[in-house]
Amino acid sequence: MRERTFAPSRVLIYLIVLLIAAAWLAPLAVVVLNSLRTNEEIAQASMIGWPKQWAWGNYAAAWSGFCVAETCAGIRPYMLNSALVTIPAMVFSTLLGAVAGYAVSLWRFRGDTWIYAIVTLGLFLPQQMRLLPWTIVLRDIGLINTLAGLVLIHTIQGLSFTTLFCRNYYVAIPHELIRAARIDGAGFFRIFWRIILPLSPPILIVTVIWQFTHIWNEFLYGVTFTSGQQQPVTAALIALSAAVADIPQHGVQSAAVIIAALPTLLIYVLGGRYFVRGLTAGAVK
Amino acid sequence: MTNAAAMKPDRPALPEWVRRLPECLMIWVPLLLSAAHLVSFSLWTIWISFTPSTLVPVTGWVGLRNYTAVAASRNWQIAFDNLLLFGSAFVLLSAATGLILAILLDQRIRGENVLRSVFLYPLAVSFVVTGTVWSWLLNPGLGIQKLVHDLGWTSFKFDWLIDRDMAIWTIVIAAIWQSSGFAMALFLAGLRSVDADIIKAAQIDGAGPIRMYRRIILPSLWPITITVVVIQLQFAISTFDLVRALTNGGPGIATQLPALVVYDLMFQRSLLGRGAAAAVLMLLILLAVLLPYAAWRYLQRRRASHA
Repeated sequence: MRERTFAPSRVLIYLIVLLIAAAWLAPLAVVVLNSLRTNEEIAQASMIGWPKQWAWGNYAAAWSGFCVAETCAGIRPYMLNSALVTIPAMVFSTLLGAVAGYAVSLWRFRGDTWIYAIVTLGLFLPQQMRLLPWTIVLRDIGLINTLAGLVLIHTIQGLSFTTLFCRNYYVAIPHELIRAARIDGAGFFRIFWRIILPLSPPILIVTVIWQFTHIWNEFLYGVTFTSGQQQPVTAALIALSAAVADIPQHGVQSAAVIIAALPTLLIYVLGGRYFVRGLTAGAVK
Repeated sequence: MTNAAAMKPDRPALPEWVRRLPECLMIWVPLLLSAAHLVSFSLWTIWISFTPSTLVPVTGWVGLRNYTAVAASRNWQIAFDNLLLFGSAFVLLSAATGLILAILLDQRIRGENVLRSVFLYPLAVSFVVTGTVWSWLLNPGLGIQKLVHDLGWTSFKFDWLIDRDMAIWTIVIAAIWQSSGFAMALFLAGLRSVDADIIKAAQIDGAGPIRMYRRIILPSLWPITITVVVIQLQFAISTFDLVRALTNGGPGIATQLPALVVYDLMFQRSLLGRGAAAAVLMLLILLAVLLPYAAWRYLQRRRASHA
């Protein structure tokens, strides 16, 4: 252990780190403060300032009052849309990815390395390459402009990530464990249920957090395949800023931004450790 | 082979393939759907890029005409130049910021966990939120410039958002804010895995901290640096939401990027063939980054297994 000293170089290090940290927090602070200022106050001064009177009403207006594209229900319906897309897609892609990861790492079957290699290529293929085909597929199966369509897209595309995460975690499980269970007559599902799943919580938490954040924050598919009342909240935020461009309501808009960012921020605060693990796991593909 | 069935004589033995059907379905259906959609969607988009499709996909062959049309368009040229500038500036600056943050956090400072969370939290919010917030901060009539004017320094100018030549830098700023933390996390992991014995030996030899970083620690980080650069480049190439929320490609088309051109061609101008061609060009740009990286990774792994 090094003793704590007040050497000038240590002071300098703290100074720099704290300055950068302040710069990183500033945008959040600005939006939080703005969400509590009245629209008029912001219009007179600037976006950066301390509330003169606390306008808590901004949140109520953002949640269920203001108008996006001729409907005045706030961002509540869009938050609901995002939740109805994110949660099922997160559950499906995680479960299917866990089974697939288990199959390619421990069960092994003919062609497993090939299909795994193709599936992981999905991490790299730009979304733009899939936009037109998805449009046609969704139209043909009648899911264009529906939340179910987005769930389908995110489930299938999420499989690339979830399979990779789970597979990389499961390869560390000793094969003897599986072999012994098979000799005892346990089948694919029983081994998964009894052996793999109880070992899985750490990776499932990482996967769930990753998928939730990813799908909640997704914009391109949301804006391409849904419109009007079916849009997720990211697309609705863009529609909102376009709708109020003439008469800005920055107080209410700030509150809407905070509400839209809250679910993923909460997950980050609660599961930060797993969030970072997902980031680095995704990086060292 | 039919161990399980043999142990339960009360149940009639099902044929092997029927017994194994559920697991086969569970294994193959999701994996095949995923693999099939990747392959068929890519091939289909590539094929469309060679057809004269406009409003709807049609058959036919126009050779490279869509590609030459896209490449000759001002929209794409600006987007491509922007990508070069944005890509290199963002990648270099965010890697540098991440490295500096990682080195600072590695000095056994108090509150490291809290600070790390502060630098990483932007990654949890969407690019739409990031773009919207920065569009307010950088808006000269609303944000930083307005604040400084109100404080009395009225000649202060910070209007990159509406300056054709500088607008692309606003996207660089927002992107650095959003994802330097990611570079920091990777670099920090790298710094923590530097062999402690080597550091101790160098300390005994009397190496100062600067010398130690230059000679021992930083050189050991370069594989991580390459990973960081490749991942950030991959992000830069597909940047879409951030620009939509921050500048929407403007002023004019000054901050156009390839992903916006694709969207514009496909869904606003209904030129499917050209849109597909632009998407394939994006893929080629990406491959120009990823293929050398894959080759490098392969060589590294081979060297490691031979050593």
